[in-house]
Amino acid sequence: MELLETDLRDLGHVHAPEGFAERVLGAVGIAPRITDTYAEVETLLGVVHVAWNSEGISALRTAGTAGEFERWFTSRLGRPVARVQVPPDRLARQVSGAIAGLDRRLRFDLTRLGPFEQDVLRKTAEIPRGEVRSYAWVAREIGRPRAVRAVGTALGNNPIPYLIPCHRVVRSDGTLGQYSAGGTTAKRAILQQEGVDAGWLEMLAGNGARFIGSRTTQVFCVPTCSHARRIKAPNRVFLRDEREARGAGYRPCSRCRPIAS
Amino acid sequence: MGSERDEELTRALAVDPVGGFEALVYAYQHRLYAFSLAMSGEPMDAEEIAQDTFMRAHVALSRYPSERIVVLKLNAWLHQIALNVFRNRARKRKLRLVPLDPDTPIADSAAGPERQALSRAALRELANLVSGLPEHQRAAVVLRCVQGMTYAEVAALLGQPEGTIKASVHRGLQTLKRRAGALSEVS
Repeated sequence: MELLETDLRDLGHVHAPEGFAERVLGAVGIAPRITDTYAEVETLLGVVHVAWNSEGISALRTAGTAGEFERWFTSRLGRPVARVQVPPDRLARQVSGAIAGLDRRLRFDLTRLGPFEQDVLRKTAEIPRGEVRSYAWVAREIGRPRAVRAVGTALGNNPIPYLIPCHRVVRSDGTLGQYSAGGTTAKRAILQQEGVDAGWLEMLAGNGARFIGSRTTQVFCVPTCSHARRIKAPNRVFLRDEREARGAGYRPCSRCRPIAS
Repeated sequence: MGSERDEELTRALAVDPVGGFEALVYAYQHRLYAFSLAMSGEPMDAEEIAQDTFMRAHVALSRYPSERIVVLKLNAWLHQIALNVFRNRARKRKLRLVPLDPDTPIADSAAGPERQALSRAALRELANLVSGLPEHQRAAVVLRCVQGMTYAEVAALLGQPEGTIKASVHRGLQTLKRRAGALSEVS
């Protein structure tokens, strides 16, 4: 009897056919305003679930079943998502390419998120591969210098990890900080793969070096800025903070904007 | 489906009929489809019953004043509509009996404790089996065991005393068990 009752419960969890809700709404003359679709996409990280709509990519998750993705999507973004078996070619190429490290211009749909979250995520999306910035940097860049903690929260809730590279935001003290998609170890591994040496960053911060300056150009950068990495060893200067840098006659790099402008 | 979610939905329906209905459809599509499938045993019928249910709900909601919408017990109300839709259709078709196909067992009853969820085909077979129950037992079994309502909720919905419902569920489950057993013996 017990087995039968479990089976009957399963029967209560069957899903309506694909597109059913849309057909119902169509039949009563309501054009669905919600049109997120998702599919599985093969990437370097394995198979991921990606959702998108007419505005762009709206969500990505690496782990879990289709059902778990749908439940997470609905609770995170407050709207349903419909599954399709095969993702559009272009989207699949863009997503797998971006995860593989190719330069892809991706469009994101962040419209259902709060304005602060949107600012944080858009700013984070600007951080190039192979570089990191601090939570405080993001907070300053979006004009909310005191909202460092809130930046961390917004990034922890990032609905599109990897594509919006929240793993490239680390703590000012050189440690990596939290990572919702697998913890610090995962964060370290992803950054390593992108060419960021987390151990080196920690060592720098441990020695009190926040910025790297160039004796020849008199410009200072965050350590992972591609400009800083081009400075030849004899010309490299390690700087403790903005005051020391300015005091020594250095000006901030206009590319990585190491301090608030 | 939590009653909190239902309250959110009824509030939404009262202030924004279009958006509220859209949310209602997304929230209840699977649940009403599952109910319709268990009752009818046929995916095609199930989709039509579920769709008809939403259409009727839509008409009713457009006529109800918002004070009435706010106090609706959505889950019970929608199941009531679905049950009526199902009964009307069955009456029109003179309730054709769904033949059991003895070649396809519904579930691997020998499965161990790490039993897997039933496959889609097996679920269809199970729905088919359930739909072979006499109607009064079927509604009680489906509402209680498939949809997970309490005996009190089922009793209120079907307008019968709780004791009667318990007896119907018990007898229905016994019949199902017997027929499922007969199926696996044949196969």
